[in-house]
Amino acid sequence: MTLIGWTQIILFCAIVIALTPVLGLYMTRVFEGKSTPLSPLLRPVETIIYRVSGIDPDREQHWLSYTLAMLLFHVLGFAALYALLRLQGFLPFNPAEQSAMAPDLALNTAISFLTNTNWQNYGGESTLSYLSQMLGLTHQNFLSAATGIVLAVALIRGFARASVSTVGNFWVDITRCTLYVLLPLCIPFTLFLVWQGIPQTFGPYVDATTLEGGKQTLALGPVASQVAIKMLGTNGGGFFNANAAHPFENPTALSNFVQMISIFALGAALTNVFGRMVGNQRQGWAILAAMGVLFIAGVAVCYWAEAHGTQIMQSLGLSGGNMEGKEVRFGIAASALFAVITTAASCGAVNAMHDSFTALGGMIPIINMELGEIVIGGVGAGLYGMLLFVIITIFLAGLMVGRTPEYVGKKIEAREVKMAMLAILILPLVMLGFTAIAVIYPPAVASMANAGPHGYSEVLYAFTSQAANNGSAFGGLTGNTPFYNLTGAVTMFLGRFWMIIPAMAIAGSLASKRSVAATAGTFPTTGPLFVGLLVGTILIVGGLTFFPALAVGPLAEHLSMLTGATY
Amino acid sequence: MLKDLRPALVSFVALTVLTGLVYPLAMTGIAQLVFPAQANGSLITKGDQVVGSALIGQNFAEPKYFHGRLSATTAPDPQDSTKTVSAPYNAASSGGSNLGPTSKALADRLAADVAAAKQDNPGADVPVDLVTTSGSGLDPDISPEAALFQVPRIAKARNLSETTLRALVAYSTQGRELGLFGEPRVNVLKLNLALDRLEASKPSGS
Repeated sequence: MTLIGWTQIILFCAIVIALTPVLGLYMTRVFEGKSTPLSPLLRPVETIIYRVSGIDPDREQHWLSYTLAMLLFHVLGFAALYALLRLQGFLPFNPAEQSAMAPDLALNTAISFLTNTNWQNYGGESTLSYLSQMLGLTHQNFLSAATGIVLAVALIRGFARASVSTVGNFWVDITRCTLYVLLPLCIPFTLFLVWQGIPQTFGPYVDATTLEGGKQTLALGPVASQVAIKMLGTNGGGFFNANAAHPFENPTALSNFVQMISIFALGAALTNVFGRMVGNQRQGWAILAAMGVLFIAGVAVCYWAEAHGTQIMQSLGLSGGNMEGKEVRFGIAASALFAVITTAASCGAVNAMHDSFTALGGMIPIINMELGEIVIGGVGAGLYGMLLFVIITIFLAGLMVGRTPEYVGKKIEAREVKMAMLAILILPLVMLGFTAIAVIYPPAVASMANAGPHGYSEVLYAFTSQAANNGSAFGGLTGNTPFYNLTGAVTMFLGRFWMIIPAMAIAGSLASKRSVAATAGTFPTTGPLFVGLLVGTILIVGGLTFFPALAVGPLAEHLSMLTGATY
Repeated sequence: MLKDLRPALVSFVALTVLTGLVYPLAMTGIAQLVFPAQANGSLITKGDQVVGSALIGQNFAEPKYFHGRLSATTAPDPQDSTKTVSAPYNAASSGGSNLGPTSKALADRLAADVAAAKQDNPGADVPVDLVTTSGSGLDPDISPEAALFQVPRIAKARNLSETTLRALVAYSTQGRELGLFGEPRVNVLKLNLALDRLEASKPSGS
């Protein structure tokens, strides 16, 4: 570990914290329907969309109608994306003449982008036409991100409102999120990325004659516009197979730094939106503080492990850390930091190959995802995931003192706690359940690229990543098989919607409750005691659930690595 | 739910057109106008021939060139399309080795490459980036140490002085971005182009 490495990490945190109240204020105004600096430009577009689609922007929805509208929107999105992937061979913008995706792979890919997972059982540059990339994937990157954000906003409204039956209007929220938040941020970001070197063209792949006389085909495309939303929307699906490790997707250490900030920017800002909407920004800062504690702990372990390198490298006299699967322009610090950020948020873009990380370095991303990506998390999804843990924490605190727990003026009762547990339990069920099936099903075992504990870790990582809607991978695993395509699609679907529906039920139930005034007996939820309790609850729930699975994977591998064993 | 069908269809189509067509097309238009070189892949040309991209590494195996990172990229086997064969620096199919920390294949590969590298420059420590594969398989850079390590081999192959080559490496080294981000590095393709120019300008026989 170096001083300059830690300086980059601290600067990263400082910038994210500085952006939080700024973006938080702006997003709060957007979702409260107030005017913003962009309103003169965007208001007419918004009005036209409402008029043509017959939406009354002032009519709000019950939580169930809101959720059903969201699901209907996703049915359309799935149908359109699946059709596009299957038909891309007949459609324009296809200079590399890519043919149709196989049905099982198209199913997996469509679910993957719909659920904001962006798990990829294919390599972009060798599989997809430019049309599929932009009309299919870029577009779905926007909509799945917007969906996450608006659901979090609906849940926040549940906390913030009292004695009402509605949580907002899905059509208005999704339109405003796309028009006012995502697009205006993506436009300057795209141009910055092109300036740094990311291609943005519809021209065909270029054939170069190398200095030694070989032929090199350079894959190109409308990359920058997709990378911008892939990062801001915590989608993470690479235009190219190597994702953000590819020099055309992340050409410089500066583009890398800004991409890392963009992964966290909106998720962190949503904690501030929460604080503002419930009337006390410190409530938001307390949640961000709990996230920050878990984040820094993860970065420290991962950076230390990667800088330390592996036993094999040390015995050969190689110093400078574990560079297998990493890029020189980023080095160890920025690669380890990126890995923690991308799995703390549910981004899943990678700038180094996690499969080649050390055992402990690679365990941190797994833990981040197992905890449900509540450290900043996916845009929206991270906040509603964290609020579920807050409910459990408040409930435990209430049990300890024998009072009905309250949070931001709402009584937390049996219904909320049951729904929160339902949402929290789905993740271990699908992560560990499917991993258990895969490691005893011979065709699934055959997909492992590495032997020994690491092969098992590849499978555990795959289902953990998909259930948490992350999308990064221990990439050695051959995922494009009927087994992984189908189980993966089911995993991603359950991980997304089994979490959303209980969260929305909580939103509805909270909105309909009366507000109670804070008294001397109310547990304060803005101080270090609450932050500590929240972090403790997360770690205890996560630790008890996942320790056995980690013990036979990364921990076993670390111990055998220390003895010099190889597989 | 039926009454939601119209808002669903209309807003879906509107947002699809906006984010999936208007946005990428407009961005392409502006990018091509403002940053044409980058938007088209930062291509390097020699005459009217494209020799590569400044951002994409290429395979160097000859002793007279600086070598880049190892690359684990593959290409479909011409004999059997269900299989792949090793094809270093295949810029149409990026990817890493994905070998884990306790992989025997990785241990054997590292041992062999360290032994081979030591023959090039006995006595010096082998830089780790010279014997590891990059994440993309297309890493355009190596560390300055990895470039300096190769100087003796190239000096011999080209009959150039080591001092000249060291100066060339120093000249080609890019520092951290803004003095802070990432790591110092040398772009291998640009370094080799400079090397070819250097030799071309050298009076013959010296």
